[in-house]
Amino acid sequence: MKIKLTFWRAVFVVVMVLGLYSTYVRYAHGLGAVTNMSDQFPWGFWIGFDCLCGVMLAAGGFCIVGAVYLFNVESLHSVVRPAVLTAFLGYLLFIVGLLFDLGRPWFIWHQLIYMNPHSVMFEVGMCVMTYTTVLFFEFLPNVFERFNLKRPIKWIKRFYPVLIVLGILLSTLHQSSLGSLYLIMPSKLHPFWYSPALPFFFFGSAVAVGLAMTIFESTQSAKAMGRHLEIEVLVQLGGALLVALWVNALLRLEDYWRRDMLLQIFKPSYEAYFLWLELLFSFVIPITMLSFKKVRLSPQGLYLASVISLFGFITNRLNVSLIGFETYVGHHYVPKWTEFSVTLMIIAMGFFLFAVAVKYLPIFPPGRELAVNLSPGTEASHAMAAPVLTHAGD
Amino acid sequence: MSKAILYDATICIGCKQCEVACAQQNNLTYNDSVAAESVQSAHKYTVVLTKEDKFMRRLCMHCNQPACASACPVGALHKTKVGPVVYDVWKCIGCRYCMVACPFNQPKYEWGSLNPRVRKCIMCPDRIAAGKQTACAEICPTGATKFGERDDLINEARQRIRENPGNYVPRIYGLNEVGGTSVLIISSANVEEYGYPASAKIGDTPVPEYTGRVMEKVPDFIPVWSLVLGGIYWISHRRDEVAAAEAEERAQEKKNGRAQ
Repeated sequence: MKIKLTFWRAVFVVVMVLGLYSTYVRYAHGLGAVTNMSDQFPWGFWIGFDCLCGVMLAAGGFCIVGAVYLFNVESLHSVVRPAVLTAFLGYLLFIVGLLFDLGRPWFIWHQLIYMNPHSVMFEVGMCVMTYTTVLFFEFLPNVFERFNLKRPIKWIKRFYPVLIVLGILLSTLHQSSLGSLYLIMPSKLHPFWYSPALPFFFFGSAVAVGLAMTIFESTQSAKAMGRHLEIEVLVQLGGALLVALWVNALLRLEDYWRRDMLLQIFKPSYEAYFLWLELLFSFVIPITMLSFKKVRLSPQGLYLASVISLFGFITNRLNVSLIGFETYVGHHYVPKWTEFSVTLMIIAMGFFLFAVAVKYLPIFPPGRELAVNLSPGTEASHAMAAPVLTHAGD
Repeated sequence: MSKAILYDATICIGCKQCEVACAQQNNLTYNDSVAAESVQSAHKYTVVLTKEDKFMRRLCMHCNQPACASACPVGALHKTKVGPVVYDVWKCIGCRYCMVACPFNQPKYEWGSLNPRVRKCIMCPDRIAAGKQTACAEICPTGATKFGERDDLINEARQRIRENPGNYVPRIYGLNEVGGTSVLIISSANVEEYGYPASAKIGDTPVPEYTGRVMEKVPDFIPVWSLVLGGIYWISHRRDEVAAAEAEERAQEKKNGRAQ
């Protein structure tokens, strides 16, 4: 097998090499050498992005499984497998990220024997552990099917109702609990982001992100694999996304109104700029776009609106975990390059594993291989991931 | 009864003997360069701050209901009945949630270590168990740092303020802050000037209550939500089953009708 060196493969190699170097520094010299975290900023980019955003971006799994198996939305059946795969990989990579961030990762199993039920972190840990196991079983039929093992599939199918209910229950719990983590810091987190409703915001935005992420990954993999794009599915997801965005936006608005902050959020300040960025990308732009029927019916429009909202919600998580503490601490926190490089490596691993899984496992229904014509306009934003997806597996 | 430390900044002379004793007690290096450091860290659990001719000590407040202990997923931190908030390094996984949760920013981290620990004043629990005072209180030449029963110390602080009202800001910092702490501070300048969080900002509500309000709902939420989800699953699938059965029945009837 000859491996051609394309631009994106070269990028992949560079990202991996730098990532491995940072990994070496992390485990050979400690957190202080590899991050800009400090006693003033004990949680940095790894918690903000790898953990908070990672779990949020993996929410598609429970959203789609819930829609299809709980509410019997048959038409979404074709995206269940990619959504579950994304979620499974997402959680695995979240755990990888955690192994970097924890000071004593070799004691991570202490979670199982020394339990503190009052701790939100304990709840998150337990839920994530169990949910990853659930996702493993939801993903397993792909592997069995690949090797034509009918008996174990039947066996797992028998437990499917339990897996589904458990998966959604655990997701509800830990997606919201990631927000509850911050409830303990009322005097530290900026009032733009500290709210008693944080758990509701985190859960609500996870649902919206789950839908947006499914649109993103379906479009992306359809393009990368030259497959037929199921436009009806995307349109349906886009409609649901619009509703989810509205619900989230109204929740946030109501919260600011109830806490008498409506005027404050419009006053220019360091935090306000980041809040505007977040609100603009997570609500204003995608809601405006999706309000036009023309956008809601076009794959490009749906794709763009989803990507913009994803960017918005990522900004939200980083605001809650990093920007919201800067005034309290009194100085800025800028991640070290090695922190970015570890995160990039984890993301690259995600794309790589997704591509490998899609290539060798029956994730997408067979047949129907047809080139899709996406307008060149969206090409640029695709460029980030598509080439990795296309070639990483060969 | 719980033990506490009363720090009276008005009689502190800034000799830093408490820093020395603390370092000795906890086997930490103490030299001129450490003495010059004015921030707490993994190698300096307490610090005496100087502002003009006034002094102020900083150390773990040993909250009555500590945020760090409620935050720790593995229960590595806990408040003993006697008063100290202690740390079990073996349990710790290094998530640093305690550091983020603490309203006084007391837990510090060994950022340079490969097996890092959370470091903070633990109020000399071994000494207290042996019936002794904390190292800092024992060495203090003026009695600015005083160790004793929390209730007695509160009375004494009140009395000092009453007898010398001009000398003190009329409050005991730590009496009610975040539900009360085992370190009490009285001073002539506002403690906020030395980096302590303002009383109004941290409030009198014990910090664990903010997450407790949510966490206490979890045990009820799990069974209720499981039932709801299970119910939805059952209903939506039951509908399919019924529809399938009916369709089959109709087909059967049609067949029978034709046969007749």
